[in-house]
Amino acid sequence: MIVMTKDTMEIVREQDVVPFRNRVREFGTRIGMSLVNQTKLITAASELVRNMLKYANGGKVILEIISNNAKTGVRLTFKDQGPGIADVAMAMRDGFSTGRSLGLGLPGAKRLVNEFDLKSNPGEGTTVTVIHWKNGR
Amino acid sequence: MNTTAQVLEKNKERILEKWMQNQLSDASLRDDLMTTDELQRQSREMLDGLLRAVAKGNYDNIYDTEFEQVTDTLRDISITRARQGFSPRETGAYVLSLKQSVIEVLVEQRKDDTSMLYQEIMQLNNLLDNLSILTFETFIKGREEVILRQTDEISEISTPVIRVWDGILALPIIGTLDSARTQVVMENLLQEIVNTGSNIAILDISGVPAVDSLVAQHLIKTVSATRLMGAECIISGIRAEIAQTIVHLGIDLSNIKTKASLASALHLAFSMTNLEVRRTERSKAPKLTR
Repeated sequence: MIVMTKDTMEIVREQDVVPFRNRVREFGTRIGMSLVNQTKLITAASELVRNMLKYANGGKVILEIISNNAKTGVRLTFKDQGPGIADVAMAMRDGFSTGRSLGLGLPGAKRLVNEFDLKSNPGEGTTVTVIHWKNGR
Repeated sequence: MNTTAQVLEKNKERILEKWMQNQLSDASLRDDLMTTDELQRQSREMLDGLLRAVAKGNYDNIYDTEFEQVTDTLRDISITRARQGFSPRETGAYVLSLKQSVIEVLVEQRKDDTSMLYQEIMQLNNLLDNLSILTFETFIKGREEVILRQTDEISEISTPVIRVWDGILALPIIGTLDSARTQVVMENLLQEIVNTGSNIAILDISGVPAVDSLVAQHLIKTVSATRLMGAECIISGIRAEIAQTIVHLGIDLSNIKTKASLASALHLAFSMTNLEVRRTERSKAPKLTR
């Protein structure tokens, strides 16, 4: 896996969400991702970044364009130093929320992207990595 | 031997003249934004203040009272220039060209005493550098004010509720639907339902760039509230990519009436209120008589 472009964004306020989404869109456009795939990736990114703001008071996101055996894609890494997720399996379930929302953020984001990885240590923080390939496969 | 202040005071007119020359010879000077007379008046005021402060022997602290007039003038100039659309370079050049003029005059006057000249230049350098930092600080503050005003203006663009037909309201939502915005949208909509006695509301989300679960939750809440008021809600403007995303996210909008375009939503609204739009035949249309 080769990283072709890398960028980091700090997310600390709700106002950072829109510029961040636009940056993700820019990355998607740069590798020629179709509109549907762009929208999927942006929506997943939006869910994860909102979680980060809501539960961990923000964090940072690493945006990368990666290449792997003639496949190109966008990788987003969301890192926060929040309270962490106590029960990851539960958090990945549809309709489960500790914050009175729809409870679709994490499981929905997982369905929207090609690869999804969540690591969380209670008390230390959460890291979510998602990859979406150019053709969505 | 004269003190620095005396030398400068004696040569005030020369400094001003040189300073004006420096400013006017600068190719970037925007004579479209300020007349030469005004510039001259402003520069004289500034120089007077500066010389008065230097006469008191203060070269270090520009926040002292004797500098009040200078810093006030300078702040005033920077803020005005920031608002008028001067560039930072133009604004900064104002003070920096004064430094150049003052030093040129001092060099002329102190040809025979270089150690004195050196000391004076160092002091004035320090002083004018501080003043130029102040200029930049104020300039940026002026620009920030502009940005803040624009932010306020943007947030004031509230979502209008449009009465498209008797009993049918349309609400085009443009931009991101966050919690604060939803509150405004919902209040406007519910109030307008009461005011007009409408029973159908069309929420058009064509202008919402991304629909994530938070936006969806806000939409569902708005629809529920509308229903509690006895009106029916149709969501229109669901683009193809948004539809696919909503399905993958797992958001259930199945008990909400949705349409791809505002036109088809209006069509549905007409049929719900038993209205029909028909093309009239030309020949049957009543002739207009004068």
